[in-house]
Amino acid sequence: MNGPHDLGGAHGFGPVIAEENEPVFHANWERRAFALVMALGYTGAWHIDTSRHARERTPPADYLASSYYEIWFAGLKRLLVEHALVTQAEIDAGKSSSPPAALTAVPAEGLVEKLRAKNSYERPALAPARFKAGDRVRAKVMNPYGHTRLPRYVRGRTGTIAAIRGCHVFPDAHCGTENEDPHWLYSVAFAAGDLWGPQGRAGDEIRLDLWEPHLEPA
Amino acid sequence: MASHDHSYLSDMEVRVRALETLLTEKGYVDPAALDVFIDTYETKVGPRNGARVIARAWADAKYRKWLIEDATAAIASLDFAGRQGEHMVAVENTRDTHNMVVCTLCSCYPWAVLGLPPVWYKAPPYRARAVADPRGVLADFGVTLPETTAIRVWDSTAEMRYLVIPMRPAGAEDWSQERLAELVTRDSMIGTGLALSPTEAAS
Repeated sequence: MNGPHDLGGAHGFGPVIAEENEPVFHANWERRAFALVMALGYTGAWHIDTSRHARERTPPADYLASSYYEIWFAGLKRLLVEHALVTQAEIDAGKSSSPPAALTAVPAEGLVEKLRAKNSYERPALAPARFKAGDRVRAKVMNPYGHTRLPRYVRGRTGTIAAIRGCHVFPDAHCGTENEDPHWLYSVAFAAGDLWGPQGRAGDEIRLDLWEPHLEPA
Repeated sequence: MASHDHSYLSDMEVRVRALETLLTEKGYVDPAALDVFIDTYETKVGPRNGARVIARAWADAKYRKWLIEDATAAIASLDFAGRQGEHMVAVENTRDTHNMVVCTLCSCYPWAVLGLPPVWYKAPPYRARAVADPRGVLADFGVTLPETTAIRVWDSTAEMRYLVIPMRPAGAEDWSQERLAELVTRDSMIGTGLALSPTEAAS
């Protein structure tokens, strides 16, 4: 979706201001909100692509006015209601008024090991890779209403395959489903001038990881 | 403004607590598990992990080669595998090329080696400008590169996670890996900063 999250190349946000000796969390609610998002994620009620899309669907004015943990919290509440795990009335009351759904909490025991586990988004390939390093490709022009990992600032632009990353779960199809629909993933290099015209500096390059359905031969 | 900020945060405190109570009552979360998530990312997993990887790469040419060829395995060998570090790529800064990492679409960041991202990494100014005006962003961080250095920006659009290998500063040739790690800042591994010189580290 062409949502407020797709920020690459936007103007007017001002300088980057880094906080000296920044703490990991700035308030206790950030700790708890972060942990709630993680805990629900580990129940398997949804996966990371569905979770990202829930955050992207925060209305644009709210998204831009919110801190990142506020966006996470908004996304979590959206998913809980959409998956019929709680009702909006229950969220408002902070109290359960209906029987729980069949969802088991992730126990504290064994969690440290789970967080350190070596998982992978790579899947067996169903077909050979269409492109090879050095091939010129164009990012397709598309404006899907659903989740996509193809940012607006490269759509229609031509780049070069820099590397093949493997065959990976395809978020655009996986979001909201259990269909991993794996596709070849490529590191694609775009010259700054091809993306930004006179504002792009010669020699500078932007690299994105894009899936085969995002690309066509150029 | 200050009192407004204060009441605003309190409001979030109340809302998050209410949701935690509801989800606990439903049996969807184990409060003890929440504490494990928080403790892991507040006190255990952070940029000192990444600094040890970089120090090893500076001191050990064989490890550096492995890190560049297969970062996931090379990092796992130091016991830093885990969530948001499933597919690692290490990119090396040189005189000719400076690397910088961003996630324009959300906040993808190599948690396993750097911990949770700082606020600026997740906020619109950085996500908007890193890909279009990387030199302007570096200026915000007080960094100026030589005219002849090209910039390569990595937008983390998939589950590949990037770790920048900063250039090794001069004056630390005979240092141990433990001391070298002190020169490796979080920002130098994102590409918005450079590694500290021994003089900077001492001050």
